[in-house]
This record gives sequence, structure tokens and C-alpha cells, in this order.
Amino acid sequence: MTVLQPVLSVRNLVKHFPVRGRGLLRRRVSDVHAVCDVSFDLYPHETLGLVGESGCGKTTTARVLLNLQPATAGHIRYQGTELTSLPRKAMQRLRRELQIVFQDPYAALDPRLPANEIIAEPLRIHGLYSPSASDSIASDSCGRDKVRELLALVGLKPEHGNRFPHEFSGGQRQRIGIARALALRPKVLILDEPVSALDVSVQAGVLNLLADLQAQLGLSYLFVSHDLSVVRHVADRIAVMYLGRIVETGTSDELFSAPAHPYTQALISAIPLPDPRKERARERIILTGDVPNPANPPSGCRFRTRCPLFTAQLTDPQRHRCTTEIPPLTDHGHGHPAACHYADLPSLSAVRALREREGR
Amino acid sequence: MTAMGDAVLEVADLRVEFRTDEGRAQAVRGVNYQLHRGEVLGIVGESGSGKSVASLAVMGLLPGSARVFGSVRFGGRSGGTELLGASDSEFSRVRGQGISMIFQDPMSSLNPVYTVGYQIAEAIRAHHDVSRAAARKQAMELLEAVSIPNPTERVDNYPHELSGGMRQRVVIAIAMANRPEVIIADEPTTALDVTVQAQILEALRTAKVQTGAAMLLITHDLGVIAGQADRVLVMYAGRVVEAGTVEEIFYTPRMPYTLGLLGSQPRLDERRTRLHPISGVPPSVIDLPSGCPFAPRCPLAAPVCEAEEPPLAATSSNGHLSACHFSDQLAGLEPGDLFRPLSRDTAS
Repeated sequence: MTVLQPVLSVRNLVKHFPVRGRGLLRRRVSDVHAVCDVSFDLYPHETLGLVGESGCGKTTTARVLLNLQPATAGHIRYQGTELTSLPRKAMQRLRRELQIVFQDPYAALDPRLPANEIIAEPLRIHGLYSPSASDSIASDSCGRDKVRELLALVGLKPEHGNRFPHEFSGGQRQRIGIARALALRPKVLILDEPVSALDVSVQAGVLNLLADLQAQLGLSYLFVSHDLSVVRHVADRIAVMYLGRIVETGTSDELFSAPAHPYTQALISAIPLPDPRKERARERIILTGDVPNPANPPSGCRFRTRCPLFTAQLTDPQRHRCTTEIPPLTDHGHGHPAACHYADLPSLSAVRALREREGR
Repeated sequence: MTAMGDAVLEVADLRVEFRTDEGRAQAVRGVNYQLHRGEVLGIVGESGSGKSVASLAVMGLLPGSARVFGSVRFGGRSGGTELLGASDSEFSRVRGQGISMIFQDPMSSLNPVYTVGYQIAEAIRAHHDVSRAAARKQAMELLEAVSIPNPTERVDNYPHELSGGMRQRVVIAIAMANRPEVIIADEPTTALDVTVQAQILEALRTAKVQTGAAMLLITHDLGVIAGQADRVLVMYAGRVVEAGTVEEIFYTPRMPYTLGLLGSQPRLDERRTRLHPISGVPPSVIDLPSGCPFAPRCPLAAPVCEAEEPPLAATSSNGHLSACHFSDQLAGLEPGDLFRPLSRDTAS
């Protein structure tokens, strides 16, 4: 029996951004702890959702994975090869296999290039764009055909290739971005909020497309998003981030039916359901306060300043533990890991209420 | 001045046009609704639907280049006043006192050089003759009402010292300050994180309950509508295409666009295998072709749809209106019955 190996393996990833003072020397006065000790695996053909609100570090994590920003510390292994210490040329070659789709379809495309050229660009950079069939290797089609194939793959017509970005709708631009990311036949696609800028009715088409492409091309997706409803729909497994740390991971079903971490429970409870009766019957967990400053995160458990358990249910010695000890990501009996010292306490009433009403 | 019955705000045949380089843009093409005391009317639509332009027209906040027609009557305590075409001074009396507004971006509503306490007090003193001390006290009470922690300290904070969520709550406090009859909230939670969104919706509910105001809630988020609205208007290409109670709209929609919107939404409580997108894009409101503007994207489209734009007419249920020639055929249909779960249909 072979054990499935992860295609991407991240261990103890750290990314700090220095905050410089205003003096003459602009010395570093503190650090923004954008990503702190993040570890996860991405397996072949699966979609791992990386979820969290603004400032949680999910986008920074995605960019560090591709060395768009260098990691401060930690390991990133792609099919066994360590990426963080890879020399430039070797990383260049690997970039073919790890691609990214960005959030803003209006900023991600060069406004001066027509769609054909935008999609051809990665092929040209890697020397894979053969001008005509006669110049190419026997089994390899010429560059123009490849681009046409890619356009069709994302549901665009050949004539769309000659148009410029401003002539397309947001959804179509996002499709061009996806076609560009697929040009080099990657194995892993990192999608950073790929549908957040789109209207809901358009999102649906792009999400369906991503699902089709994954099945057709055997891709693995790292899907970064703040929208839990979208992530619920696309992800096989989910990692929830808060202020630079992963606070819970599990399969999509596990996380939504039995969230262990108080933050995950609050997050799920906060998302409105497009169903009047169900939505009005729900009890809400309303978090108090705001997300702390990532340049000065709380000691111990970073969520304690807003945690409903901390505020209402824990004893003083328990609170002391939350303030001094960083909770490790371990399984507290829910079947998946959560970073909370007291995740084994009875789950907050609102979540129970949601589950009861849905008859689970 | 005529009495308006139970309606606090009555909008009749509202039309808004802009002159652009490419031609006449008909952003709003005949919107009618009534807002009743104590109710929350949700206006839902995607980009280009005209929902925001229509609300800005009601508030008299459109730029000078906009041409506005129709009637907006505000009930008020002394009978009906026509707002369209009212002078700036007349409008100023109504704004903040009779009708108050909450926008998407709190930073554009708050003055960065004054403390939040000052700004709330300013709103109070603009319409009531109270001392500075009394207004400041009221400001602290309002901050507490919208669940801002440590209101006695926060009252002296500047907007930049507060997070986005707290700023939005200050804006809600200002909106509540003079116990308005109508609160208009235009995408109040769109720019905020979802846990903060929940706090804001809670504060909005407080505002409504404490002031007794009617609320106009404009958003593209169906979940927010489902949770907050009593009645709903669905807008598309500048018109209302469906109107009804929130249950009617969500459980028995009678317009294909509404059905499409519901079918394209991923949901937290169920893991759908496929979503049902609406192919194509909304039409440009410049030189709209004749007929139903949704016809190019509609699975039920027939020749009559391209010839004649369907009026917003009653369906079998009273008060449930739909602008579709075939609204009867939609009874009992699910989104999947009409829209296919495609991925590559990108007709533009």
C-alpha cells in the first residue's frame, strides 16, 4: 500500500515585515507578524482552502509559497524539492509547475496586450512558444494553437484573443488569467481570492470552470479566500487562519459540521444564509472587539482578546494559560486538529443550535 | 400636503439619466415602491442594476449631470413633502433628521479632523437646540447603543484611531442620533470582514428598533437580505423586475433572473455539486435594446420577450409582482430546472 505523498509541503513558515522608524537611520522598530509558524500539506488532485479574514496572512502565505516574497524562515517542499533555498534558475524551471491566479481581474492583466499575448507570455518566457508548426518539435503544436486551445479551455472564443482587457467583463478577464496560469501545464494552481471581485452570478461560472479544469487536468488547488460559502463549495480540506496562524484544519464536512475552534465557530455563525427562515432562526456568535494589530499580536493565544470562551466561560487559571501558552494544533476529540487549549469544552450554544435545526 | 397612510417614503416612476460620450445612459428606468413604517425594504441587484443610483436619487445626492424624473414623497411628521427638485436648504432639513444615510465606506462619511464624539454631537445640534454637554452625553449613549466598547473614552477618538467596523458603527450612531423616520443603508457591510459584518448588522437592528425607523437596505448580498428584509425588490438594468415579501422572493421566485441569482449562490449549509450560473453579462444601460433586458441571458426567452418589455405585474399572489411574460410558468421551479450548471458559456 502506497502512502499518498503531498505535492506541496509547508513547514513552520514565517514571514515578518519590518516596521521602520521615522528617524534618520529608519531603524527597524518592530515587525508585522504576517505569517507565524504555518504548516500544511497539499495533496495531488485536491483543493485545500485557506480561509480567514483580512490581515490573517493567507495572501502573504500564498505569495511566499511562490517566492513572490521571500520567506523569513521555514520550509516549502514541492515534490520533495526544497524551494526556499533554490537558486534562481532552478526556481524558474519549477515555476512552470506552480502557478498563481490573482484576485483583481482588472489589475492582473497588462492593459496593453491583447488576450492572445497575455496567455502567450509565459510560453515565451520559458521558450515554449514556437512560432510555426515547422519549427516545433514533431509532437508539439505551435504557439498560436496552444493559445487557442487555452482560450477554448476556459470557455472563450478564438476571436476573443484579439481583444484587449478593457473590452472584457470581469468574469472573462478572470478566465484569461486562468488560461495564462494554465499555459505551462502546472501541477499546482494557487488561487488568491479568484472570484471575490465578481458578481455572484458570474462567480458561479468561474467556480464551475475551476472544478472542470481540476478534473480534466489533474490539478491541485490552494484556494485562498475570505468567503466561506465559496470555500465550502470548492474545497476538500480547509485551513482556517487568524492573525498569522492556522487555528484549525479539517475536511470541509468536518469543519462545517463540527468546528472545534471558537474562531471557526464564530466565522461560520457570522455568514448569512440566503434562506430567510433558516437565517432568522440562527443564533449568532458575535465577537467583541476588533482584530489586534499584527505588529503587536497578543501573547499566548492570539484569539484570546475576542474569544467568547475566554470572556464568558473560562476560569482564571484557564485564562492564564491562554495568555501565556501558544496553543498547539492538536486533535481534541473532534477528529481534526484545532489550536485551542479548551476546544474540548462543550461547543458554543449557537453552533449547536445551527446543527440541531439542520437535523444533524 | 396630503396624508400618505402608512407609507413613510413613496417613490413613483423614478427615472435617472446621464449624458455620456456614448449616448444617453438610462441608469434608472421607472422605479416605484413604498416604504412603510417599521419595515425593512431590501433592494437587491448586481453591478449595473441601478440600485445605488436610485437610492442616491432619493437622497438628492446625485451629481449635477444627472437628470432625475418622477416623484419621491417623504412622509414626515407633517404630511408629505416632495423631495425631487427640492432646494438644497429644504433637503438639508430632511437629511439627518427625517432621513439618514449609511454608506459603504465609513471614511468618506466621517470627517478625519474631528473626533467621533464631536461629529455625533454635531448631528444632534444641527437639528435640535441642546447644549454641548447634553449632546456629548447623548453621543456617549449612542456609542454604547451600537456596542462600541469604552464609549466614554472612544468619544474623543478620531476616526483614524478606530477600525473599519467601529467607524461604521459611529456612522450608524450618527444616523440614529435624531430618531429619523427613514434610514437608508447602501451596502453598509460590503467592505467589511464577515465577523465585523455581523456586528454591523446587529447595530443596524438596534438602530431600527430604538428609533422606530423604516429602513431601506441596498445590497448585492442575498444572505444579508434574507436575514434583514421584510420585503424585497430585485433590480436589473435599471428596473424592478420582481417585488414581494422576503419569503416569496426566496422560496417562490417568479422571475428568471431572481431564480438565476438564487441558483448561482454557493451556500454554507449545503454542499452543492454544481452551481447554476447565469451566462452572459448585464446589458449596457446606454441605448438599451427594446424588449426585456434579461432576454439575451434568459432560458425562457421567446420572440415576445424581445418585442415587448414585460410590465411589473401581479402574479397569482397578492403583492408579489414580477416583470416576466412567463411568470406563471415559474411556479414551483428550482434554479436547476431553468439554468444549466455550465462552465464554458461565456456569451457576451
